[in-house]
Amino acid sequence: MALVEVRGLTKTYQRDAQVIPVLENLDLDIEKGEFMALMGPSGSGKSTLLNLLAGLDHPTSGSIRVEGQEVSGMSSRQLATWRSRHVGFIFQRYNLLPVLTAFQNVELPLLLTSLSKKERRDHVHTSLNVVGLADRVDHYPRQLSGGQEQRVGIARAIVSDPTLILADEPTGDLDAVAGDEILTLLERLNSEFGKTIVMVTHDPRAADRSHRIMHLEKGVLTR
Amino acid sequence: MAVPILYNVRSLRQRPVSTLATALGMALVVAVFIAVMALASGFSAALARTGSRDNAIVLRQGADSELASGLDRDAAQIISAMPFVARGADGRPLVSPEVYVIINLDRPGGGTANVVARGVSAQAFEVRKGVRVVEGRTFRSGAPEILIGRSIASRFGSTAVGDKLRFANRDWTVVGHFEAGGSSFESEIWGENEQFMPAFRGEVFQSVTFRMQDPAALKGLEQTLEKDPRLRVDVEREYDFYANQSTLLTQILEFFAVFVTSIMAVGAVAGAVNTMYAAVANRAPEIAVLRTLGFRPAAIVGSFLLESVAIALAGGIIGCLLALPINGITTSTTNWSSFSEVAFPFRVTPDLLAAGLAFALLMGLVGGFFPALRAARMPIVQALRQA
Ligand SMILES: Nc1ncnc2c1ncn2[C@@H]1O[C@H](COP(=O)(O)OP(=O)(O)OP(=O)(O)O)[C@@H](O)[C@H]1O
Ligand SMILES: [Mg+2]
Repeated sequence: MALVEVRGLTKTYQRDAQVIPVLENLDLDIEKGEFMALMGPSGSGKSTLLNLLAGLDHPTSGSIRVEGQEVSGMSSRQLATWRSRHVGFIFQRYNLLPVLTAFQNVELPLLLTSLSKKERRDHVHTSLNVVGLADRVDHYPRQLSGGQEQRVGIARAIVSDPTLILADEPTGDLDAVAGDEILTLLERLNSEFGKTIVMVTHDPRAADRSHRIMHLEKGVLTR
Repeated sequence: MAVPILYNVRSLRQRPVSTLATALGMALVVAVFIAVMALASGFSAALARTGSRDNAIVLRQGADSELASGLDRDAAQIISAMPFVARGADGRPLVSPEVYVIINLDRPGGGTANVVARGVSAQAFEVRKGVRVVEGRTFRSGAPEILIGRSIASRFGSTAVGDKLRFANRDWTVVGHFEAGGSSFESEIWGENEQFMPAFRGEVFQSVTFRMQDPAALKGLEQTLEKDPRLRVDVEREYDFYANQSTLLTQILEFFAVFVTSIMAVGAVAGAVNTMYAAVANRAPEIAVLRTLGFRPAAIVGSFLLESVAIALAGGIIGCLLALPINGITTSTTNWSSFSEVAFPFRVTPDLLAAGLAFALLMGLVGGFFPALRAARMPIVQALRQA
């Protein structure tokens, strides 16, 4: 059994009277420990698929199972709890809370766990160590470069040790060098820590760092 | 699990101007609320201090104020002779048959004001324990001399010791000032009843106040006096008599405080609603991130409500600080039961400050409710797209 099993996934958006089909009857398996890249033209529905995998939105029909658990049928409340345990999300624009320090941003997901304050601190430091920002613990996002911000974003995504790491164009806002560092970090998370990663990207060189590249076009997935 | 408060506090600091403007709106409401309530509280406190629980006041049957009352000398004699009237060290009954009239004094700034002139017996100072001459001396029996209540002395001319004050077509020499524990007696002019009687209404007293030998026996002596065929009187505990005079005006002031500040509060709450909607709109991506991380809608509601309440509490505290300096400031109003002016200090009590803060809290909750709800209901995916 694959870690993630997507079956017959369909998503349509309704805008006024107009129905916009985005994903149509889509099947996909993601194995544990895989590093998958998702490519496709703009508007093809990559983010939509990633958001559904993250439990941020409800599919129109079809099913998504993660570790055998049906995600698509959960209520919003159940999804919130499920996300906090199983999903680490990395955003294109980092999306750190500007008023919190690197440490406090990374600590946020742990506030939803039963960890003690000390345990949380240890986890946060470990995460920031992994992304190489141990010396930027008390910096605010505005005091960090884009690449550093994204590394804090990655630390936040991995700190609660989630089942799945989902990244939506994680290098999209970065220059080549910084982007490369981020890709190296994701590779390491995959090879060294066995993290399962799904990454949306427009950049073929970024996609090449993954194990498997899937293309999404006109609502259909192809290799 | 709740969103850390730090997040709200720092977010508020990110927009100091709108936060402060919203807080000041609420501060104004709270300050006005406390001020009007302090007025009501000060007035009722002054009248509550006026009467003693140990004294009984006798009026003509059916008279609800001293002005409307009249008792002749015989009635005063009969009451004085009753066994339940306490006696002083000299064995004389502690009774004060009193003449009560309203006179018109010129204000130093122009205009006039009604003031109570009370003719009392020599025993009055023993009957009313709280009354003390603080300057000069008391009036002599048989002389056209008067004592001036402390709060009159500071508000009207010709009231210094040695001055002559003209009323009832006579000159009266001011021989002293008295205080009465902040009660409404301090807004009165006292002289001898036998001097005031001929000068004003002739052979009639308006009330008889006496010290009860046993204050607990009011019910019994009330019946005795009210059933006495020689008298046609009503009896009341002196404390209740004066305290009740404040009820109507206090209630109106309290209604006014709630009514006017409620209208103002609508404006302040609208300000808070605007501020919070703007905050929610600006921080849509942040809210979406929190939701993505697994914070529940309830936590988002809590977080934004807290933010709104924090603004409101800051406003409440500022409002309290604005209102606090009026505590103790003397003002005056017409006592509707006597048609005369009573001076009293605004009274800002801890309870009142707490009520002001509670009012602010309520405004914060109401103002933050719908914005917080919008924050929590925002579709995550759409909000992320705005980032
Ligand atoms: N909330 C929405 N309401 C209506 N249409 C939407 C909504 N969200 C997405 N869409 C539409 O769904 C389609 C897929 O959008 P999506 O963001 O998944 O594309 P994408 O592949 O991630 O594009 P890009 O590479 O530009 O990020 C687009 O046509 C978009 O306009
Ligand atoms: Mg996209």
